[in-house]
Amino acid sequence: MEGFTLPVLSVIVFVPIVAAIIILFINEDNRDLIRGIAITSAVIVLALSAAVYFSYNGQVEALSSAQAAMENPAELADIGAQGIASKLFADGLFFEEQVTWVKALGIKYHVALDGLNAPMVLLTGMVAVAGVLISWDLERTREFMAFFLLLVAGVYGVFISIDLFTLFFFYELAIFPMYLLIAGWGWKERREYAAMKLTLYILVGSVVALIGVIALVFTAQDFYLNNPAIFEAGKSLGIISADASELSFNMKQLMLAAENGAFNIPVFGSDVLTFSTFWFPFIFIGFAVLAGIFPFHNWSPDGHVAAPTAVSMIHAGVLMKLGAYAALRVGVQLLPDGARVHLPWIVFLTLINVVFGAFIAFRQRDFKYVIGFSSVSHMGLVSMGFATMNVTGMTGAGLQMFSHGAMTALFFGCVGMVYDRAHTRDIPSLGGFVKRMPWVAVAFIVGGLTSMGMPGLSGFIAEFPIFQGMWAASENIALKIGNFTLTNYYSVIVIFAALGIVVTAAYVLRVAAQVFFGDFDDKKYPHIGDILPRERIILFLLGVPLIILGVYPSIMAPMITTGVNPIIALLGGV
Amino acid sequence: MEASFDFWTHLPAVIPELLLTVLAVVVLLLDLYGGKENRRNIAFVSAIGLAAIAVTPLIWGPSEQQVFWGGMVRYDLIAQIFKVMIIIGASITCLMAADDSEVGHKGEFYLIVIVATLGASLIAAAADLIMVFVGLETLSIPLYILAAFRRDDERSSESGMKYFLFGAFSSGVMLYGFSLLYGFTGETNIYTLSQAFPAAVADNPLPLIGALLMLLVGFGFKVSMVPFHFWTPDVYEGAPTPVTAYVSVASKAASFALLVRVLLAVFPVTLVIGQENLQTLWVNLVSVLAIVTMTIGNVLALRQTNIKRLLAYSSIAQAGYVLVGVAAMQSQSDYSVASVAFYLLMYTFTNLGAFAGVLIFSETTGSENIKDMGGLSRRNPWLALGMTIAILSLAGIPPAAGFFGKFYLFTAAVNANMVLLAIIAVLNAIVALYYYLIVIKVMYVDRSQYDSQSIALSRSTLWVIGLTSIAVLLLGTFGAQPFFDWAAQGAQALLAL
Repeated sequence: MEGFTLPVLSVIVFVPIVAAIIILFINEDNRDLIRGIAITSAVIVLALSAAVYFSYNGQVEALSSAQAAMENPAELADIGAQGIASKLFADGLFFEEQVTWVKALGIKYHVALDGLNAPMVLLTGMVAVAGVLISWDLERTREFMAFFLLLVAGVYGVFISIDLFTLFFFYELAIFPMYLLIAGWGWKERREYAAMKLTLYILVGSVVALIGVIALVFTAQDFYLNNPAIFEAGKSLGIISADASELSFNMKQLMLAAENGAFNIPVFGSDVLTFSTFWFPFIFIGFAVLAGIFPFHNWSPDGHVAAPTAVSMIHAGVLMKLGAYAALRVGVQLLPDGARVHLPWIVFLTLINVVFGAFIAFRQRDFKYVIGFSSVSHMGLVSMGFATMNVTGMTGAGLQMFSHGAMTALFFGCVGMVYDRAHTRDIPSLGGFVKRMPWVAVAFIVGGLTSMGMPGLSGFIAEFPIFQGMWAASENIALKIGNFTLTNYYSVIVIFAALGIVVTAAYVLRVAAQVFFGDFDDKKYPHIGDILPRERIILFLLGVPLIILGVYPSIMAPMITTGVNPIIALLGGV
Repeated sequence: MEASFDFWTHLPAVIPELLLTVLAVVVLLLDLYGGKENRRNIAFVSAIGLAAIAVTPLIWGPSEQQVFWGGMVRYDLIAQIFKVMIIIGASITCLMAADDSEVGHKGEFYLIVIVATLGASLIAAAADLIMVFVGLETLSIPLYILAAFRRDDERSSESGMKYFLFGAFSSGVMLYGFSLLYGFTGETNIYTLSQAFPAAVADNPLPLIGALLMLLVGFGFKVSMVPFHFWTPDVYEGAPTPVTAYVSVASKAASFALLVRVLLAVFPVTLVIGQENLQTLWVNLVSVLAIVTMTIGNVLALRQTNIKRLLAYSSIAQAGYVLVGVAAMQSQSDYSVASVAFYLLMYTFTNLGAFAGVLIFSETTGSENIKDMGGLSRRNPWLALGMTIAILSLAGIPPAAGFFGKFYLFTAAVNANMVLLAIIAVLNAIVALYYYLIVIKVMYVDRSQYDSQSIALSRSTLWVIGLTSIAVLLLGTFGAQPFFDWAAQGAQALLAL
C-alpha cells in the first residue's frame, strides 16, 4: 500500500525464479557469481518480506478496531448484507494483485497479504537467506542454488495465494525441486528412499484435496446461480468481481458461499453426510500430511534427516507450516461445518503427535532424528491450536507456526554445523562442543529453551495461548459417537499435551548436555574450530527473532488475530 | 447431397489435405532427382513444408460447422484444431528424424510420414463411415511400413509385423461394426445415423450395443487402450524412435478426435432405445476402460528399465487420462471436449520432446537403458533440462503443461459428477510420478559408465528440444488460457450436432 507502487508480492515470488533461471545459464565453474546471485536474490526477498510485514503491521491497530466494529450486529445491518467473515477477510487484504489466468474456469493469479500469511512470508525470507548461506560450499552449486530458489518461490507462492488454483499451482511447483534437492544432495545412505517417500506422501494428500476443491468450486457456482441475492450482496461488499455463472477459485467468494451454507447440501443421497462433512477430512488431513499429522507423519523424520541442511531447514521450518496453513485456509476456512464436526476427533491425532513425537525424539541416538521427531511433536501443537476453534487458540497456532519455523531451522542449522565438522551425528560419540563452537551451543540452547516453552522466548508466547484456548474451548466442544457424547475432554487433552512439553524439556536438555557439554575428545576431533562468520549470521538471523518475539509478542500476535478473526466468525465464534 | 455443388465453397475444408498431397509428391521427386548427398535436406523440406501447412487451418478457419464433399468431411473448428496438432507433430517428427542414423537419409521415410499425416488429417474431420475407414487405413498402412523401416533389424521387423497383425485384426472388427450400422440403417453418414436408429432397431438396443463395442475395439487399438494395448510396448521399443514419437502423438490425437466425434454423433444423449440410454452405456464403459487403462499402464511402467518401453507404458496410461475426459462428455459441457483437445495438444509437444531426447541419447551411446542415462545433466545440461521439462509435463507437475492438462481433465470429470473417477485418476498420477521422478533422478543424481562421454546436440535436435520445451512451458503458464478457450470454442462446434 503506502510507499509501494510495484507489485511487491509478485516481485517476491518472481525474483527467486528469475535468479534460478539466470543461475542455470552461468558456467558451472563460476561458483562465486552463482553464489553471489543466489544470496543477492535471497536478501532481496527477505528485505521485501520484512518491508511488507512491517508495513502490514502498521495497519494492524486500525484493522483490529475496524474488525471489532464489524462484529457488532448493528453495524452489519448497516452494511445490509450477509457475510461478516467475508467482509472481515476482504478488509484485511493488503498488497492485493489480481490477473485473470484462465477465464473459462475462473482461474486467476490472485495474491494478497493478510494477518495469517504475513508472518509466514517473513519466515520464508529468513530461512531462504539462511539456507543459501549454509549451502555455500556444497558441490554442484549451480544446480543446488537454482533448485533451492525455485523451492523458495513455490513456498512463497502458496503462502500469498488467495486464488485456490494459484495455491495448488505453487504447491505442486515446490514438490519437484524439493525431491531433487534431497535425492541429489542428501545423506547418501537414505536419500533416495526418503526423497521418494516424502514426495509421494505429500502429493497423495494434496491431489485428493485438489479434487475436493474442484468439487467445492462447482458447488459454489451452483449456489450463486440459485441465490442471486447473496451474490449481489457479495458484489456490493466488493468480495466478488466475477459473474454468477462463472466458476471462481477465489477464496473470498468461496468463503461467502460457505458462510451462507452453500456446502451444507447432502451428498450421495445421504441423510447425514453433507458436502462439508464429507470433504473436510480429505482436504484437512490431505494438507495436514505435510504438517506431519499422525498417522501420516512417517515421511517427516526420514525426509528431514536425509535432506541436506538447507533443505531440512526450509522443509521443517517452512514447508510443514505450508501444510498446516493450507489445511487451515482451505479446510477450516471453507468448510467450517465440516470443521465443527471433525476437528473434535482430529484433536486426538494432534495429541498423539505431541506426546508420541516427544517420546520418540527422546529415544533417538541420531542428533538429526531428535530434531526431526521434535518437529512432529511441535507441529501437533499447531493443529491442536486449530482444533480449539477460538481466537486465542488459533492465534497461538499462528504464532507457533512462526516460532517453530525459526526454531527448527535454527536447530537444523546447528546440527548441520556440528555434522560438517564432526562427520557423525551419533549423540553418545559427541561431547564438549561448547569448547570449540560456543556460538552453536548458545544458539542450540536458545532454540531448546524456546521449544520447551520457556517464558521470555517465542515458544511460550505460542504454546501458552494454545493451551489456554484448549481450556476455554473445552466446555463448548462435544464429540458425538453414536449415542455417546463426550464432553469437556479438551481439558484432559491439554493435561496430556503439557506432559509432552515435559518430555520435550527432557530430550532437549539431554542432547544439549551430551553434545555440547561434557568432555571434548581432542584425539577424535582434532581439527574442529569455531564456525565461520557466515554461519554466525545464520544463527543470529534465526535466533534473534525467537527472543524478540518472546519479549515483545505484540509485534506479531495482534496481526495474527486479525488474520484468524474471519475464520472464527465463520466458525460461529466461540 | 446438396442440390448445387460449388467447388470453391467446398475447397477450404480440405486445403491441408490437398497441400499434404502436393508436399508428398514434391518429396518423392526430390528423393528421385535430388541426388544422394541432398537426401538429408529432404528432412528440412518436409519439416518446413509441414509447418507451413499446419498454419493453413488457422487461416481458412470455418465460420460455422458444415458438412462438405457430399457428407464426407465436416468443416468445423475442432477438426481444424486437431489438424494443426497432427501436422505440427509430423513436422517436428521430420525434424527429429534428420538426425536418426537409420532413417534420416532416406527420402521415402519422409514421404511415408506425410502420407500417414494425410490419413490422420482426414479422420480428424471425417463425417462418414466410408471416410473414417479410408482415413484410418491411409494412416495405418504407412505406420506399419514405418514401424518395420529398419529392415535389417530384428526388433524393428518384429514391431512392424506385430503392429500390422493387431492393426489388421482390429480394423476388421471395426469394419464389421460399420457394416452393422450400415446394415441397420442404410446410412453411412455419422450425423444422420442416429436419427435412423429407432426405426431400424425398434426397441432392441442389443444390435447397437454390439456395433458400439466393435467400434471401440478399432479405436481402442489406435489409442492403445487396455485390453487392446499389447502391441504398444513392442512397437514403441522396436520401431525407429521418430516413428515411435509419431505413433504416440499424431496417430493418437487423430484417433481420439475420431472417437470423440463418433461417440457424440452416433450415440448422442437423446438416443434412447427401449429403456436403454446409449450414452449412459458408453459413458460407463469408457469410465471403466479409463480406470483399467491408466492403472495397468502405470503399474506396468513401474518395472521398466528401457526408456522407450517406459514411455510406451506411460503413453498407455496417458491414454487412460484422456479417456477420463471422454467419459466426462456425459455432462454435455464444452469443458470435457476442450480438456481432451488441450491434453492432446500439450501431449504432442511433451512426448515429441521426450522422444527427441531419447533419440539423441541412444544415437550417442547406443543404449536405451534408463540407468545408462546417469549423469546426463553433466554430459549435456540442456538435453537433461529439456528431458526434465518433458517428463515433468507427463507427470503433471507445474510449470509444465501437463499440470494444466490434467487439471482440465479432472475438472471436466468433477463437473460431470464423476468424482470417484477423478480421484482414481489423481491417485494414478501419483503412481506415475514415481517412475517419472526416477528418470529425472537418474539424469541428475546418478552416475553411469558413460559419465565422461559428452553428448553433442546438432542444430536440428536443438530446435526440436528447444521448441517443444518452450511450447510445454508456455502451455503450462501463459498459454493455458488462449489454447483452452480455442479448444472450448471447438468443443461447442462439435457439440452442436
